[in-house]
Amino acid sequence: MDAPLKRTPLFEAHIAAGARMVPFGGWEMPVQYTGIVEEHRTVRSAVGLFDVSHMGEFEVTGPEALAALQMLTTNDVSALEISQVQYSVLCLPDGGIVDDLTVYRLAADRFMVTVNAANIDKDWTWVTEQSRGFRGATWRNVSASTALIAVQGPKAEALIGRLADRDVTAIGYYRFASGRVGGVDTLISRTGYTGEDGFELYLPATNALSVWRALLDKGASDGVAAIGLGARDTLRLEMRYALYGNDIDETTNPIEAGLGWVVKSAKGDFVGRDAIEKVRVAGPRRKLVGLEMADRAVARHGYPVVKDGHTLGVVTSGSYGPSVDKSIALAYVDSAHAAVGNDLGVEIRSQARPARIVKTPFHPSRVKK
Amino acid sequence: MANANVPADLRYTKEHEWAKREGERVRVGITHFAQEQLGDVVFVELPKVGTKVTSHKTFGVVESVKAVSDLYAPISGEVVEANAALVKTPELVNRDPYGQGWMLVVKASSAGDWDQLLTAQQYEQFLAEGAH
Repeated sequence: MDAPLKRTPLFEAHIAAGARMVPFGGWEMPVQYTGIVEEHRTVRSAVGLFDVSHMGEFEVTGPEALAALQMLTTNDVSALEISQVQYSVLCLPDGGIVDDLTVYRLAADRFMVTVNAANIDKDWTWVTEQSRGFRGATWRNVSASTALIAVQGPKAEALIGRLADRDVTAIGYYRFASGRVGGVDTLISRTGYTGEDGFELYLPATNALSVWRALLDKGASDGVAAIGLGARDTLRLEMRYALYGNDIDETTNPIEAGLGWVVKSAKGDFVGRDAIEKVRVAGPRRKLVGLEMADRAVARHGYPVVKDGHTLGVVTSGSYGPSVDKSIALAYVDSAHAAVGNDLGVEIRSQARPARIVKTPFHPSRVKK
Repeated sequence: MANANVPADLRYTKEHEWAKREGERVRVGITHFAQEQLGDVVFVELPKVGTKVTSHKTFGVVESVKAVSDLYAPISGEVVEANAALVKTPELVNRDPYGQGWMLVVKASSAGDWDQLLTAQQYEQFLAEGAH
């Protein structure tokens, strides 16, 4: 029998708001409140709130915390300043991706990493086992006690500004600061998964509901709304942000996924380094590309990418993109056919439908750089 | 008990299509309940005029952001009209499922099909039982 679905501290608020709840990575989460397209537009034009408390957070502290993270992750953690955030991946020795994550440097010898909800148990086992040799690094899984609310959209800064006890305008992209939001101690991070300016608020699970309500209340004049996982997916897809389990997993490597920029082999040894370097030198066999469909049929995960009757790849994510008003997709395509401008097809219900490889992101990013 | 979302003058299938008699012809679409369950409709694939459809068999698909669903013919017959407006504005299915969001007009080949369909009352009962 399946384990019962887990619930975030905001579960009751979602039910009261009439959200449609679905199972996601072992959690019972809101997929939409009013409608995916409407919620998507709210984030692009105003501000939206996402309950992403299902995501996992681990803290690692001690004199060897940095060394442990350098061994586990592909990016160069030593380049991180205190109050800075870094996107990175955990890899297997063969270069397959265990998870993608963000690394927060809380202090010289203290870090937090944020991992995908569906991977919390797997990642916990992986990081603690792989860093067993680093006795000066102590791991703590704080997922259950930590809530995470993403506040995203062009009006996010003004909204957080009204509720925070500090100036948030000075927090740069992929930087964070401590402050009180709605009276609650919060790690205020200028990060997100939408391509809009915005923040992710890490706070004690016990205070999540009061902050959620305060954000809805103070944001009413901005047109704030709660946003479900459905729009979270269309927003991130338009930005070409990878979704673990769809676009990246243990069978894909960072080079073919277009994540070579988070692999810093010059930093020294790390798990997966040799395998990834081999791919980098030889060139990846396939590449993750953006596809724009000629018509509105949706190219979904697993659909074949074809040309002249041959299969050249596979779709990993696809949807109608509300801001680009087109059917768009991400797909792994044989490198020989992966150039921007190439005309291919996606087989949808036994029929090849025209698709063109396009530049990504599909929609311009408006994050604060 | 009349339900504004289940018009009394239509007939229904358990797959949530509606059928409306217009003389010899039958207009077909999906119900308010169906469009609400699907969420934002982004693509509708319909058969060409002249295609034969068969009751209880699929005649096309409707895609929402999250899912793709088959469409089932309420009656057998020949397609005499398909709603071309849905190519550019599939959201009409959400906005006006019983009006501008119609899908096909079928010339029925068997009068008996109609009587097999659920009445509004039966369909309401079916929804009330929580069937999907």
